[in-house]
Amino acid sequence: MMKKAVEVRDLVVHRGGREVLKGIGFTIEGGSVTGLLGPSGCGKSTLMRALVGVQQLTSGSVQAFGEEAGTSALRSRIGYVTQAASVYDDLTVAENLTFFAKVLGVSGDQVDESIEAVDLGNHADQVVGRLSGGQRSRASLAVALLGSPDLLVLDEPTVGLDPVLRRDLWKLFHEIADRGAAVFVSSHVMDEADRCDRLMLMREGVIIADDTPDGIREKTRTDDIESAFLSLVEQTGDAA
Amino acid sequence: MNPRITFAVATRVLTQIRRDRRTAAMLLVLPCLLMTLLWWMFVDSPVQFFDRLGPGLLALFPFIIMFLVTSVTTLRERSSGTLERLLAMPMGKFDFLLGYAIAFGVVAAIQSALAVALSVGLLGLEVQGPVWLLTVVAIADAVLGSALGLFVSAFATTEFQAVQFMPAFVVPQILLCGLFIPREQLPPVLEAISNVLPLSYATDAMQTLSTTSATGEVWQDVAIVTAFALAALGLGAATLRRRTP
Repeated sequence: MMKKAVEVRDLVVHRGGREVLKGIGFTIEGGSVTGLLGPSGCGKSTLMRALVGVQQLTSGSVQAFGEEAGTSALRSRIGYVTQAASVYDDLTVAENLTFFAKVLGVSGDQVDESIEAVDLGNHADQVVGRLSGGQRSRASLAVALLGSPDLLVLDEPTVGLDPVLRRDLWKLFHEIADRGAAVFVSSHVMDEADRCDRLMLMREGVIIADDTPDGIREKTRTDDIESAFLSLVEQTGDAA
Repeated sequence: MNPRITFAVATRVLTQIRRDRRTAAMLLVLPCLLMTLLWWMFVDSPVQFFDRLGPGLLALFPFIIMFLVTSVTTLRERSSGTLERLLAMPMGKFDFLLGYAIAFGVVAAIQSALAVALSVGLLGLEVQGPVWLLTVVAIADAVLGSALGLFVSAFATTEFQAVQFMPAFVVPQILLCGLFIPREQLPPVLEAISNVLPLSYATDAMQTLSTTSATGEVWQDVAIVTAFALAALGLGAATLRRRTP
């Protein structure tokens, strides 16, 4: 078994005077796709920023591959996609990828591979600003794939995408996981739950369930994750 | 620091400028037009105001323009998430800042080469010192403008605010740099203030160049301007935080 990809312990984060993460702990192993599901504003993005090491922590610890998140040795091993497409609007898809590849010190053929992986081959020479929202977020995703990272942290990568493409991307995430990487994907769409090997449900800064999708349904005796979520919230009362 | 990454940033910024045709054209043509306007203003005047004001203005353009362009573009990097992404990658802060400084330095070199060529060649600006040194001073000014722009962009949360820093940081320097009145004729307090403002040395360098052919003082001024630019880059680096609240 490889070293734990991610190990989070008692993580508390305050943002703008509000406690956004309220003592979170979990581990992620390589080789699987873990979904982080919860409504907007529940702290998903903050948790992802903490994993990548760009979030100031109030207390607790976040480690990746046995090192403190954000240390320089980790920076080339983690692929990160923010919620908003973080690519340069005035450059073409290929120019964006080439730039980030140079920053990562990754060879040029990986640029084409990444572009193909997100199905933007036909748009490689188009300026990102003129692409649709979905295409832009795919360009942003392509950047995260560069250098075959060991941990992929994806903040809502499938929002607003056409169902066919969404299916293809989830297939891609599983292929990446099969190669041994840990893939951590957030979504606020409950129907994406079944595409994950493991599911973490989050609400108001707390993880209220952490199991396989089937496991969660069994435990809550429900048929779908949305009902499971509701049932879990009712069980805990509104203590959170 | 990594030359590969620094160079990647510089090339990327230059590609972005080249892609934005209107900005590229304005960067190159505007200083020439403004120099022509200045020359035209004094064409019937008996006093050689063009020779007096021209060199100082050649120092001002790259400074102001690069200050504005850099503060807006870095703010865009901060707000679009690309900066966060870069800082989550193996990107050193100085790679980022130097990349920008190099790119804008190149733009400034072309910009001032054109403005200097026009002023000296066509408009008859009298320069005693070596003409190429005018361009060197202009590049130092541009890098200074970029460095200050990078620094202040950390304190702006919107592009409106970023633009407002120009009257706050730049106009006082223009007023006190010796362009309107020799600095030693300023009230003592203002003269003391002008002594610690970088643009004063940039203007000094240009004025020395136009009046004498000795270059020692000019290089000294260039060194001071460069030191200010490096200090501002250092402060800029301190404002680039990998971890944000």
